[in-house]
Amino acid sequence: MTKFKTHILVCGGTGCTASLSDKIAKNLKDNLADKGLENEVQVILTGCFGFCEKGPIVKIMPDNTFYTEVKPEDAKEIIEEHIVKGRKVTRLLYTDPETKEHIADSKHMGFYKKQLRIALRNCGFIDPENIEEYIANDGYEALAKCLTEYTPEQVIDIIKKSGLRGRGGAGFPTGIKWEIASKNHADQKYIVCNADEGDPGAFMDRSILEGDPNSIIEAMAIGGYAIGATKGLVYIRAEYPLAIHRLEVAIKQAREYGLLGKNIFGSTFDFDIELRYGAGAFVCGEETALIHSMEGKRGEPTFKPPFPAQSGYLEKPTNVNNVETFANIPIIILKGADWFSSIGTEKSKGTKVFALAGQINNVGLIEIPMGTTLREIIYEIGGGIKNGRKFKAVQTGGPSGGCLTEKHLDVAIDYDSLMAAGSMMGSGGMVVMDETSCMVSIAKFYLDFTVEESCGKCTPCRIGNKRLYEILDKITQGKGTMEDLDNLRNLSKVIKDTALCGLGQTSPNPVLSTIDNFWDEYVEHVQEHKCRAGVCKALMKYVIDPNVCVGCTACARNCPVNAIKGERKSAHEINQDACIKCGTCIEKCKFGAISIK
Amino acid sequence: MEQMVNLTIDNKQVQVPQGTSLLKAAASIGIKIPTLCYYELKGQNIENRPGACRVCVVEVEGRRNLAPACATDVMEGMVVHTHSLRVVNARRTVVELMLSDHPASCLTCAKSGKCELQTLAQELGIRDITFKGEQSTYRKDLSPAIIRDVNKCIMCRRCETVCNKLQTVGALSAVNRGFMAVVATAFEQDLKKSPCVMCGQCVQACPVGALAEVDNTRQVINAICDPKKTVVVQTAPAVRVAIGEEFGLEPGSRVTGKMAAALRRIGFDYVFDTDFAADLTIMEEGTEMLGRIDRYMKGDKTVKLPIMTSCCPGWVNFFETYYPDMLDIPSTAKSPMQMFGAVAKSYWLEKLGIKREDMVVVSIMPCVAKKFECQRDEFKVDGNPDVDYSLTTRELAELIKQFNIDFNSLPDEDFDRPLGESTGAAVIFGATGGVIEAATRTAYEIFTGKTLEKVDFNELRGMEGVREATVDFNGTPIHIGIAHGLGNARKLLDKVKEGKEFFHAIEVMACPGGCVGGAGQPYHHGDFSKVEKRFAAIYEEDKEKPLRKSHENPYIKQLYSEYLGQPCGEKSHHLLHTHYFDKSDKVEFVKE
Repeated sequence: MTKFKTHILVCGGTGCTASLSDKIAKNLKDNLADKGLENEVQVILTGCFGFCEKGPIVKIMPDNTFYTEVKPEDAKEIIEEHIVKGRKVTRLLYTDPETKEHIADSKHMGFYKKQLRIALRNCGFIDPENIEEYIANDGYEALAKCLTEYTPEQVIDIIKKSGLRGRGGAGFPTGIKWEIASKNHADQKYIVCNADEGDPGAFMDRSILEGDPNSIIEAMAIGGYAIGATKGLVYIRAEYPLAIHRLEVAIKQAREYGLLGKNIFGSTFDFDIELRYGAGAFVCGEETALIHSMEGKRGEPTFKPPFPAQSGYLEKPTNVNNVETFANIPIIILKGADWFSSIGTEKSKGTKVFALAGQINNVGLIEIPMGTTLREIIYEIGGGIKNGRKFKAVQTGGPSGGCLTEKHLDVAIDYDSLMAAGSMMGSGGMVVMDETSCMVSIAKFYLDFTVEESCGKCTPCRIGNKRLYEILDKITQGKGTMEDLDNLRNLSKVIKDTALCGLGQTSPNPVLSTIDNFWDEYVEHVQEHKCRAGVCKALMKYVIDPNVCVGCTACARNCPVNAIKGERKSAHEINQDACIKCGTCIEKCKFGAISIK
Repeated sequence: MEQMVNLTIDNKQVQVPQGTSLLKAAASIGIKIPTLCYYELKGQNIENRPGACRVCVVEVEGRRNLAPACATDVMEGMVVHTHSLRVVNARRTVVELMLSDHPASCLTCAKSGKCELQTLAQELGIRDITFKGEQSTYRKDLSPAIIRDVNKCIMCRRCETVCNKLQTVGALSAVNRGFMAVVATAFEQDLKKSPCVMCGQCVQACPVGALAEVDNTRQVINAICDPKKTVVVQTAPAVRVAIGEEFGLEPGSRVTGKMAAALRRIGFDYVFDTDFAADLTIMEEGTEMLGRIDRYMKGDKTVKLPIMTSCCPGWVNFFETYYPDMLDIPSTAKSPMQMFGAVAKSYWLEKLGIKREDMVVVSIMPCVAKKFECQRDEFKVDGNPDVDYSLTTRELAELIKQFNIDFNSLPDEDFDRPLGESTGAAVIFGATGGVIEAATRTAYEIFTGKTLEKVDFNELRGMEGVREATVDFNGTPIHIGIAHGLGNARKLLDKVKEGKEFFHAIEVMACPGGCVGGAGQPYHHGDFSKVEKRFAAIYEEDKEKPLRKSHENPYIKQLYSEYLGQPCGEKSHHLLHTHYFDKSDKVEFVKE
C-alpha cells in the first residue's frame, strides 16, 4: 500500500464543484505526475469545508494550509511552490478582513474559531467515495460496539441520555422516538432517513451526504438495530445527484465490506438500505407525506395519530430521522452520552449545522454548539454584514421560521429560545438581511414558496396561504389598507391554528414575525406608499430635478420605454405611467439630477 | 370488553368506547359539530375522514392547535370546546376561504338547495367574504352521464374515497398541488376516457356541485310538449320508495300511486312501469340460468357458471373494464330498462300503429349510469335508441316541481296496462339481493315443477357487502353469491376467478344497498339509514303485491303468447339480449 507524505484535499461539495474544483483536482494530479510525485502526494476530493464564500477550497495536509478561491490554473503554482519548494502560495491564503494579515491555518480564521464540527466531522477531511478513509477515522466502530456490546435497549438509552433532538426542525427527542418504534412489534419495521431537504438555500443535509455518506449508513444500521428494523430507506431528492451518487458508492462499498447485509459483525443482525427518490416537493419532508411518497402515493400528509412509529411505510412501524440527526449518532455511541450532553444548552444538546446565507461576508456551512448567539454567528463566524451595511434581520427556520431583529441578537440559539423569540430552529437555514431588504417583500417571498409547495389537501393551507400572499402583494403594490394588516394577522393565526400539517401550521410565521418586528414598515407601505428599502417597485418614483438637469438627453436616449421627454438643453421629465423603474436613467445621468422618491 | 373513556365536551361529561372520534362522542350527547369532508356509509365500512376541510375543528385544552373532531380520537380526561370564540372564528374563516375560491353561481347550480357548503355557510351566518382573491379555473368535463364542474371542487376527497375504496374503480384522485389541487382523472383526461364506470356514487357523495348528473329534463319536456310524439314513461322499482324525500316525506315512504299520478299530470301519454320489464327479465335471465345449470349438471364442460346478473349498468361497465376475460359469464339478458324500451318500441309501437320515430321512451331511474346505458350503440335501431332519455329520481322531482304539481296531495293512481303490471318479484329488483331472489322464486318452480309456498328468501336479504347463501331446489343445492358496491363485487369475482369458491349464480349491484342507494336517488349526505329505510320499504311493497312471482304476471304471459313466443326464443334473443365489449384499454392507459 502506498504511503503518501502529503495529502491535498480539494473541496468536492456541490458549490466548489460548480466552480470547477474537479478540474482543480485534475490539474493538481497532472502537475504532480509531471514532477513524478504521484506516489508521494495524494489528491482527494472531499466533502464541503463550509467556507463556501471563499471557495473553491484546497487544503494541504499535514501542514494545514488552507487555500481559498483557487482556480484550476493555480494548480501548477501550488505544486511547484508549496509541494516542491515548501513555500506557501501567499496570494491564495485567506486575508483577515480586519488585520489584513494572511492566515494559513483555518482554525485561526474567524469563520472557524467558534465552530464545533461534530455532524460535519468528516466533511472536508476524508474522501467520501472511499469507505476505508471513513473506517480509518473510527468509522463503523460505533456499529460494531452496538452489535457486540450493547442491547438495543442500551443503545436507545444512550441516545436518550445524550439529549439529541431531531435536526429536521421540530426537535423531537430522538431516543424517545426510537423507543416508541422499538416497542411497536411487527414482522417488519423500517428506519427511514429523511434527506428531502427543501428549505430554500439550505444545504446542510446535502453536504453531509456528499461529504460523509458512510456516517449516515452506519447510523441507520445502529437505529435499525435499536428499533428492530432490518430495512433502511433513504428518501432523497432527485435534485441531489452528487449526494445520491456518493450514497450509492458508499452503500455498495459497505455491502462489499459486510457492513450491510446479513450477520453484520458476526451478529444475528441483518440490515440493508435502499434509496427512494423524491421529486422535490417541499411537503414530502413532512414524515407522513414522505412515507406516502415512498409508497408511490400522492405526497401529502395525513393526520397523526397514527404516528409512523405505529403505522408507517406499508403500514409497518417506521422511524423517520433527518440526515443531520443520524450524523450525530455514531460519535455519540463512541464518545458517550455524557460527552454529547456536555455540549449545548440545558434543553438542546450538541451542535447545529446552519446554511449561512444572505447579506453577510462569510456565506457558508457552519456548525456551532447550541447556545451560540446570533451575534456570534453573524459578526464573528459570518464576518459581519456585506459592504459595511447595517444589519436588519435574520431569518431562521426557512419558510416555516420567522425574522428576528437587532433585539434578538443575543439570543442563545436553541430550539426553545428561537421558538420563544417568534421563529424556530427549522432544519438550519439562516438568511441574514441588511437595510436593503424590504420586510413585506421578504414575507411575500416566503409565502410565494409555501403557496407553491402546499400540497393542497387542507383548506387553510391551500386557500389561506394564497390569500395571505395576495394581501402581501397588494401591500407591496401600494394598494394595501390598514384593514388588510388586520386581516393578515387574523388569517395568519387561523391558518396556524387549523392547518393539517407542520407546513401549514408554520407557513404564516414569516408574516407574523415581520408584522410583529417591522410593523412600522408595513404601515409605511400602506399609509405613505413608501418602501424604505427601495425594493417595492410600485412604490418608487424616479424624479428629475429640473434645477440640476442640463438637458443632455442621455437619460431620454437610454430609457428603454421612452418614458422621458424633454427638449435638448432644457429640463427633462419622466412620465410616471410609462416608467418601469429599471434605473437606467439614474445610471446614465452624469449630473446626479435623477433621484428615487 | 370495550374500554371506556371519559371526557368533557362543552362542560358535559361523556363516556364513550376507546377509539371513538370526538365528532361521534359529541354527537352521542346531542352536540352537532359541523363537518364537510367527513363522509361515512355506516355499515358499509366506508369512511372518508382525511381531516382536510378543517370545518370540524374544536379546541382541546392543552393542545397548541385546534383539532379536527372527525379525525381526533377521544382520550381520557380530554376537555373539549366545540364552539369557543376561537373555534367559531376559525371555522368561519375556513368556510369563508372555501367560498372565496368557489363560484358564487348557487342560483343555477345543480346542487342548489342540496349543497352542504351552502347550508354550512348559511348556518355559520356568513354574509360577506373577507378574503377575496383569485379563483381557480378549470374546464368543465361532460360525459354521457356525469358532469364534472371542477371549479366547484372543495377537495373534500369524498368522491375519491367512494371511487377508490367503495367502488375500486380508481377513476378519480387528487391532482396538482397547492391552490391548483383538485380531484380529477389521471392526467386530467375526460371522464369518458378514464376507467370511470359512470356508477355516479361520486355524484351522490359530492357535497357541492362539482359532480352532478347530466340534466335531461329539458329534452323530456320538449318531447312531452311535441304533439307528434307519443311519450311513454317507465319507472324503476327503487324510485317509488325514495322520491317522497324530495317532497319532505320520511325516507322509505312508499309513494307509488302518487308518483304514477304525477307522471300522468306532467303529460306522459303512457305511464308504465319498469317493474313489468323486471318480470320479463326474470323470464329471460331465469331461463338462461336454468339452462346453464341444467347443462352443467349433465356434465357439459363448456358451460359457464356462475351466471351473473346484468341489470346494473355500472356493474356492466365495471366487468367490461376490469374483467374482460369474463365477458361470457354474465347473463346476456338486457337490463329491465332496456327490455322495456325494446318491447315498447316493438310490441307496443305495433299495437298503437305508430312509427318508431314518433315514440319517445323516457325512464325514471335511481341511477346515473342508466343515462350512459341508454346511449349505448347496441341499444339503438338505425340510430334511434330504445330508451330515449333516462332521468334520475331527483330529476323527476324537479320535473314535478316545474309542473307545479303538489305531490303530497295527489291521489294514488295506477300504472297503465299492459306494460304497467308487475309482481312483487319485480319490485325487489330495487334492493340488493332482490334480483336473485326474484329469479329464485321463478327458477325454483320451473326447476322443481312444484309450487313455491314460501316466497320470502330471507337468507338472500341483508345489507352485508358480500353475501353467500345456498338455496335448496328440492334436494339440489344452488349456491348464490351477492355483492353490492363494486369493491365487494371485485372481492367476490376475484374469489371466483381464483377458483376459491363456486357459485351457480351471482347478483351484483354497483351501488351500496342496490338501487335504493343509487346515485340518482335523493342525496342522503352520508346518512345511510335513509337507504336502509328505502330498502325496508321495497320489501313491504313486495309483501303487499297480490302476485309475487314473475312468471305469474298475466301481461307477461300475454306478451309471450302474443308476440315473443318462448323465453330465450328467437324473437326474445333478438329483442331482449345483448353482448359485451372489452374496455380494458381504459385501465391499461392509466396503468402505463
